[in-house]
Amino acid sequence: MNSDLVLRFGAGAKVFVVSLFAIVLSLIVFGIFVVLSGVNPLDVYRLMYVGAFGSWFSWQNTLLRSAPLLLTALCTALPAQMGMVIIGGEGAFVLGGLAAAAAGLLLSDMSVPALIVQGAMAIAGMCAGGAVIASAGALRHLRGVNETISSLLLSYICIAVLNQMVEGPMRDPTSLNKPSTRALPDWAMLGNIPGMDIHVGLIFGLLFCLATYMLMFHTTFGFAARMVGGNVRAARMAGLPVGRLILIVTFLGGAAAGLGGMVEVAAVQGRANATIASGYGLTGILVAFLARQNPLIVIPVAILLGGIDASGGLLQRRLDMPDASVVVLQGIIFVILLASESVQEGINLPGWFRGIKPRSSAVAVAEGAE
Amino acid sequence: MDETSIGWWGVPLAIFAGAIRISTPFLFVSLGEMVTEKSGRINLGLEGTLIMGAMSAYGIAYLTGSPWLGVLVAGLVGTIFGMLHAGICSLPKVNDIAVGIALMLFGTGLAFYLGKPLVQPQAPNLPSFNFGWWSDLQQVQSALKINALFIIGVVLAPVFLWALRNTRWGLILRIVGDSSDAARAMGYSPLAVRLVATAFGGFMAGVGGSFLSLYYPGSWNEGLSSGQGITAVALVIFARWNPMNCLWASLLFGGASALGPALQSVGVTQGYYLFNAAPYVLTLLILILSSSSHRHIAGAPGELSVTR
Repeated sequence: MNSDLVLRFGAGAKVFVVSLFAIVLSLIVFGIFVVLSGVNPLDVYRLMYVGAFGSWFSWQNTLLRSAPLLLTALCTALPAQMGMVIIGGEGAFVLGGLAAAAAGLLLSDMSVPALIVQGAMAIAGMCAGGAVIASAGALRHLRGVNETISSLLLSYICIAVLNQMVEGPMRDPTSLNKPSTRALPDWAMLGNIPGMDIHVGLIFGLLFCLATYMLMFHTTFGFAARMVGGNVRAARMAGLPVGRLILIVTFLGGAAAGLGGMVEVAAVQGRANATIASGYGLTGILVAFLARQNPLIVIPVAILLGGIDASGGLLQRRLDMPDASVVVLQGIIFVILLASESVQEGINLPGWFRGIKPRSSAVAVAEGAE
Repeated sequence: MDETSIGWWGVPLAIFAGAIRISTPFLFVSLGEMVTEKSGRINLGLEGTLIMGAMSAYGIAYLTGSPWLGVLVAGLVGTIFGMLHAGICSLPKVNDIAVGIALMLFGTGLAFYLGKPLVQPQAPNLPSFNFGWWSDLQQVQSALKINALFIIGVVLAPVFLWALRNTRWGLILRIVGDSSDAARAMGYSPLAVRLVATAFGGFMAGVGGSFLSLYYPGSWNEGLSSGQGITAVALVIFARWNPMNCLWASLLFGGASALGPALQSVGVTQGYYLFNAAPYVLTLLILILSSSSHRHIAGAPGELSVTR
């Protein structure tokens, strides 16, 4: 192993250990919280494990939940590579789902082959989601509007548009209790991965993560984009097209979330309605931060949080805990994780773990050279 | 008298009534956040604080029968959340925007968790003054039923403006917000001042939340707040960190939020949901118009991360 690789591994190991510690600490804090509300924390931990990873059935459930998280996390992680904090993934997800439903219903009426319908749905979803987040990026670049606030406002606007469309122009008159669009025909729906009860959306998510990881960390484009994130002025001076990079990366992030919305419509709900705004966008933000905004690390983190999500139902049924328990745990993890980031600077792992003598400047160089 | 008797006049009247009724949480959150941002920090977690405030106020009012005690407890819960935000942000290398997002998630989850048993019971509401006694029209009477918290907020705005400009506290707050180095040189601890400013912002947001559950809409459920907290944070930027502008902006937003229901009451049901998005569209438009990529926003505290 050359020394550069050792350095890089050392830095990664440190982040891993600190994050793991943050999660364990969060579970303990959550346990104390649970005790205060009169539930045995050991039962909670056991049921969470059983509900998330205890059997093949729960694994499938977990993977199903992590599929949209993979995509919504990228909506925050990709722009973060350029130093932007985007939290509008929910809006891109919802609008992507709506656009996909519109495209799917239109094309399936014309009875074109299923593959074309699905392709058009994916493209419509990605374009709609991408447009939402790219407009937050454009506003930041052109007008200096804070992208965190604008993306969240856009998100609320997207949800209003969804409600308007499913209650108004696109409403299926037979959907009385829960206004929805018409249902997609069965043949146009996305199928399962052969041999499993998991839809192909999971594969979309994994591929999107891998592809964007390669793009951001192993191409000149990604290097340029991350340079903008490091120092905009230096990037401008180097002659990089800052505006175009911002637009492309924010569009990609939004496209990922939009594809998530398309999967939710085309593989899970079968139609667009208000339930597609069920918080995958918010959890995606947490996944991105926990993965340190790295598209590759998003994969295991999304599976972990998908597992926590999946176990929520079991906690509700067996221990009669509120469905918000999972959100409380996610909030605790998020808060402790952020606090741990500053601790991280101060700790020195044992030398064998880092592969080198503890010298923080060397680690910093390794992170920069990555 | 029925709704149609004053016809289209009902629309401006309902918008006026909405401006007063719906603006109160915006007003409290934005006044508090104004103080926090003046100290050089932004707390996006106020969305979560608002919901926690709404839930705890409702719970306390239900248990004790006193809505004002509920308001107070909501403020205290908000203070705790503010201190939590400030405490984490005072650690080195922690980004205040990220902590805000985390607390938004945490506050919302915690409020829904603890508030589960409160969805059914009915808590006593805050009292209101009837300024519409002189009119026979029922719409005018209900429009002029004004809550005490709104009046407190209206009084607080000029008081804040005066205090910022003329008191020692106001001066320290502005120095810390404009340059922590200058503040340190003068012997003030920026972290301590920001802790107080953020805790105060949390208090105000908690009180703002209590208005939601104890007056309008006046019940506790999970759909109670739909972004009022975050809209109020954006509104402070639009108000250029001026308390009086916070008041005008809150009234404007209250009026915009009332547009959908007002039009619905005269029979315009087309686009109801789109009109509900009016305050967000308005916030976004104002942010676009008032920002610039070339210069700082006029009046922005120098240490504030969002405007840099």
